[in-house]
Amino acid sequence: MKRVTERGAPPRVERRGTEVVVHLEGPWSLGRGIPKAAAVTDALRADPEPTALVYDSSELGTWDASLLVYLRRLSAEAERSRVPEDRSGLPEGVRGMLDLAEAVPARTRVRRYADSDDVVTQIGLTTIEVTRDFRQVLRFAGDVVLSFGRLVRGRAAFRGADLWLAVQKAGVEAMPIVALVSFLLGVILAFVGAIQLERFGASIYVADLVGIAMVRDMAALMTGIVMAGRSGAAYAAEIGSMNVNEEIDALGTTGISPIDFVVLPRVLALVVMMPLLTIYADFVSILGGMFVGVTLLDQTLVAYSIQTTNAVDMNHLVLGLVKGTVYGGIVALSGCLRGLQSGRSSLAVGAAATSAVVTAIVLIIAAAGVFSVASYVLGI
Amino acid sequence: MSDSPVIRVRSVRMAYGDFVVMRDLTFDVERGDIFVIMGGSGCGKSTLLRHLVGLKEPAAGEVFYGDVSFTKAGEAERAELLRNVGVLFQSGALFSSLTLSENVGIGLEAYHPELTGKEVREVAALKLALVGLTGFEDYYPAEISGGMRKRAGLARALALDPEILCIDEPSAGLDPISSKLLDELILELRDSLGTTVVIVTHELESIFSIANNSVFLDAGTKTMTAIGPPKELRDRASDPAVREFLNRGRVPEGRDS
Repeated sequence: MKRVTERGAPPRVERRGTEVVVHLEGPWSLGRGIPKAAAVTDALRADPEPTALVYDSSELGTWDASLLVYLRRLSAEAERSRVPEDRSGLPEGVRGMLDLAEAVPARTRVRRYADSDDVVTQIGLTTIEVTRDFRQVLRFAGDVVLSFGRLVRGRAAFRGADLWLAVQKAGVEAMPIVALVSFLLGVILAFVGAIQLERFGASIYVADLVGIAMVRDMAALMTGIVMAGRSGAAYAAEIGSMNVNEEIDALGTTGISPIDFVVLPRVLALVVMMPLLTIYADFVSILGGMFVGVTLLDQTLVAYSIQTTNAVDMNHLVLGLVKGTVYGGIVALSGCLRGLQSGRSSLAVGAAATSAVVTAIVLIIAAAGVFSVASYVLGI
Repeated sequence: MSDSPVIRVRSVRMAYGDFVVMRDLTFDVERGDIFVIMGGSGCGKSTLLRHLVGLKEPAAGEVFYGDVSFTKAGEAERAELLRNVGVLFQSGALFSSLTLSENVGIGLEAYHPELTGKEVREVAALKLALVGLTGFEDYYPAEISGGMRKRAGLARALALDPEILCIDEPSAGLDPISSKLLDELILELRDSLGTTVVIVTHELESIFSIANNSVFLDAGTKTMTAIGPPKELRDRASDPAVREFLNRGRVPEGRDS
């Protein structure tokens, strides 16, 4: 709701001979609103045609932008009616400000890009964009592989300290959140399983369910998603801000590959830490299942442990670790790529972080689907 | 009242934690002054400006606006005092999600709810015209150059016709012509509206052409070593460092280049 205040009365307009005189009186402030120019417009269009628009400011009090805006309206009206405007009656300060406002000619608007609502055009543009995006992802992945090659040959501009910092951030500091999520996931799976299995008096198989599901699939998947939200977004935001500060450009002009310097440590850190986090998540989630089994399903600690060890074999563990590693790569690559692609404003950095998380999660789920089909076909 | 200084700085000490940047700063900014805070890089010029507008608190001492202590004022009182202060940050600090017109209009909408949307746009267009950006109203900050962003930032600082205008490094990132136009605008604002302008700069040309008063901060002694009109300080400052600073740009007589 707009506050209603008393608006200042529009200035007095007078026809004196062939001239239109506008009497500017009293104080002018934005708080009193900006008067309408209608009365002046009418006077300018009256018959016989006036020869000039002049001002009388002898009674003018204090003034601010409201007066200038009003005068600009009058100028535009005078120009439209082709009546010459004589500003000599205005105080010097007002004239000075108006001159300043007119000092730089208006830039004629150039349409920056062709807007089109046409559906076919939109589909075409989107297709081109998606193709370009896909090609960029491939090229970026290739660049990272080449950069890794340089690292192996000892030719990459790579700082060990950066790697350790990234390892700490993506590994050790992620442990609490990964533990929380995995433990609760173990508990949830155990509950879901228990309700079904108890009907058959087979509640001891809760251990199998939790063990196999977590180790084979869920631990890696959940850790991947947690890391996408945690590290992927952070990478995109960090690198995006570096882009805003022209740090990435500075690296390029120094002859240092931003991929070597910025991307590689982060990708390596996640690719190395993700399998470790996955094992950790396996362990904690089994503890979650065990917690439910022992406290609510009256199983013994030993029985649950033995049941779990029997159920989970090496194949499951290795498959889970491979998935974790791949998901780690996906999270790191999406984060870094979106960061490097980020525009140069605070808004763009936020968009890059969002896009990194979305890309990573979509790719993780897609990869999980491919893994499932592949392991089914291969009978793993 | 109108003759008393608009800003009074009294024994202000600026510090980051235990690290003292400047101490014993005491000076007045008179109404209608174009007041320059000068000194070498990293001596705390911008920090002082941040103290004046409440973005940092003095470790000791007080800042007064007129007769009111800004340092001791409550939040509401500060907001009221700052309504009359426009600030232009070094980078322009425009909101990237808003167009230039919206950037300028945001303060108008907050403080002048009686204006219609169209009127806000008109006032914003006027302010943008004053800084030479007519026709750019609907552009986003990311679509214009750094110098233009700076000028748009100035238009935003001017939106509410502030009595005091604080500018951090006005000429940084501006070409000489734009920089000169900016100086002219500052002079015009002072002459037409009686605006008091506080500027942080080390641009000598600007200092000599517009400033009528100045303070010199010295990083070595961590305090102000001179105060007065720049031209006077150039010739007669007791501290040789100040004279050297202000004479840097002068070509020695008898040398032709």
